[in-house]
Amino acid sequence: MSRETQINSLIMVGFILVPLWAWMTDEPFIITLTTKAAILALAGIGLNIALGLGGLVSLGHAAFFGIGGYAMGILASHAQSYDPILETPFLIEGTKSMIVIWLVAMITSGLAALAIGALSLRTSGVYFIMITLAFGQMFFFFSISWPAYGGEDGLSIYVRNNFPGLNTLDPIQFYIIVFVIMALALFLTARLAKSPFGLALNAARQSATRVETIGLSTYGLRLLAFTLSGMITGLAGALFADLNRFVSPTMFSWQTSGEIIVFIILGGTARLFGPVVGAALFILLEHILGGLSDFWHIYLGLLLLLIVLFARGGIIGILAGREVAHD
Amino acid sequence: MTDPVLQTIGISKAFGALQASKNVTLDLQPGEIHALIGPNGAGKSTLIQQIAGNLRPDDGQVILAGENVTGLTTAQRARRGLARTFQISALAMEDTVLQNAILGALGASGKPWAFFGAALKRQDLRQAAETALARVGLSDHVATRTAELSHGQRRQLEVAVALTLKPKAFIMDEPMAGLGTEGSQQMTQLLHELRQEAPILLVEHDMDAVFALADRISVLVYGEIIATGSVDDIRRNPKVREAYLGEED
Repeated sequence: MSRETQINSLIMVGFILVPLWAWMTDEPFIITLTTKAAILALAGIGLNIALGLGGLVSLGHAAFFGIGGYAMGILASHAQSYDPILETPFLIEGTKSMIVIWLVAMITSGLAALAIGALSLRTSGVYFIMITLAFGQMFFFFSISWPAYGGEDGLSIYVRNNFPGLNTLDPIQFYIIVFVIMALALFLTARLAKSPFGLALNAARQSATRVETIGLSTYGLRLLAFTLSGMITGLAGALFADLNRFVSPTMFSWQTSGEIIVFIILGGTARLFGPVVGAALFILLEHILGGLSDFWHIYLGLLLLLIVLFARGGIIGILAGREVAHD
Repeated sequence: MTDPVLQTIGISKAFGALQASKNVTLDLQPGEIHALIGPNGAGKSTLIQQIAGNLRPDDGQVILAGENVTGLTTAQRARRGLARTFQISALAMEDTVLQNAILGALGASGKPWAFFGAALKRQDLRQAAETALARVGLSDHVATRTAELSHGQRRQLEVAVALTLKPKAFIMDEPMAGLGTEGSQQMTQLLHELRQEAPILLVEHDMDAVFALADRISVLVYGEIIATGSVDDIRRNPKVREAYLGEED
């Protein structure tokens, strides 16, 4: 077992023990914090496919996070008001089923990522960052100005959505759902990184010329990576909305995009557990420092600065050293 | 004469007032090594880039195995059997030697859409990669990170990746650069054998290697081919002497 695998296992154990301890000592707030960390980690796991593996610095991933959130908000609000979304030409009703909501969230955010990626990936570098930011902002202002689903005020959902056999309003049971999804996403990303597709995508980041010269289209590889990335972040958005039972345009804001990038940089770019560590640390700092001062972001910024300057591999990089070349 | 594997017909390319390629017509016959030489700034790289697909010529055609590929991308040309090695290595530096070679084999398979199984455990890819690495003499460095290779070894890896493509034609941009005497001899031997599998368009500054290997030589000066012929023809050609080989005898 490599050192990084050991550290990753420890992090997973932490994500089991902390909520377990909180559940036994009856601290639902800690469970909710851990749930939030796991959901934000999931959003980061999604972005890490594009950013870490593909080298695509997207400053517009809030678009997918928000689309996931609004997929949940729109479906659930129609279900709670018994008002169908569409009557003609065919009937589409709202739903309170988490599984259906997740599917809709992933499909819609995947389609959005496909469209945004298809246009944005014609650029690179700073232009790519700017154009993804612009798309993100488009969604942000659209959500603010569309009154049907709350506009600026957002949309409240009174009861958490249903999952067969579980009481989702019970914090620990909702946490189990989120944890399983996060673990599954980590497992799939780990496989993806080592797969032929991952090899080609990672090589395209290091030398686009190389990948073109062996006959593969970097555009195609990156577009697919960007789409998969958007789908996972979209799923995280649906879970985040369900956690808060509230959706608002904030989910679409560029600060959200920036925070997801911060998780990855804090934890370690292209490291499997980078976004997990980053999101957990972010939540921890927000909880501890946020209690001391409203301006806790100053300390976060300082930490980020130190990591960018002195530890390019992020926290995983500090703990596990440079990534070992496998085989 | 048999049909050429690779051919350029009247290629021209200008960057503003600079005419980088002037009506270049050149062909690569099966089984040959065709060396392209010329002083620095003669437009060798520009020509190679147009053949490989990184640059589009203003005028003229590139024909690969009878097909006009002038409008195709680099990737499309590679899939049709054109393998290129670079003067300045274009390799995935963070990856291992084996991973780079497997990437080549993956490109040759044309099926990168596999998301689940590990690339290093794909026997078909691995075998093609290991065979190619053995041929260039990199078997002992399979697990080495590419960034840790010497310049010469990177050149060898470039050739190995090109080999995994099982191409119809090679374009090699200075494969001898940085190799040292022994490495240079090994590479010369390898290229000598390779021409039977696929002809090589060779850009090289090492004149010993060029004279030892080339079946034909074309001399490019100021974007124009001033002479094409056998080694002896070129050595005797007064225009070439003047433009390139200098006055010394």
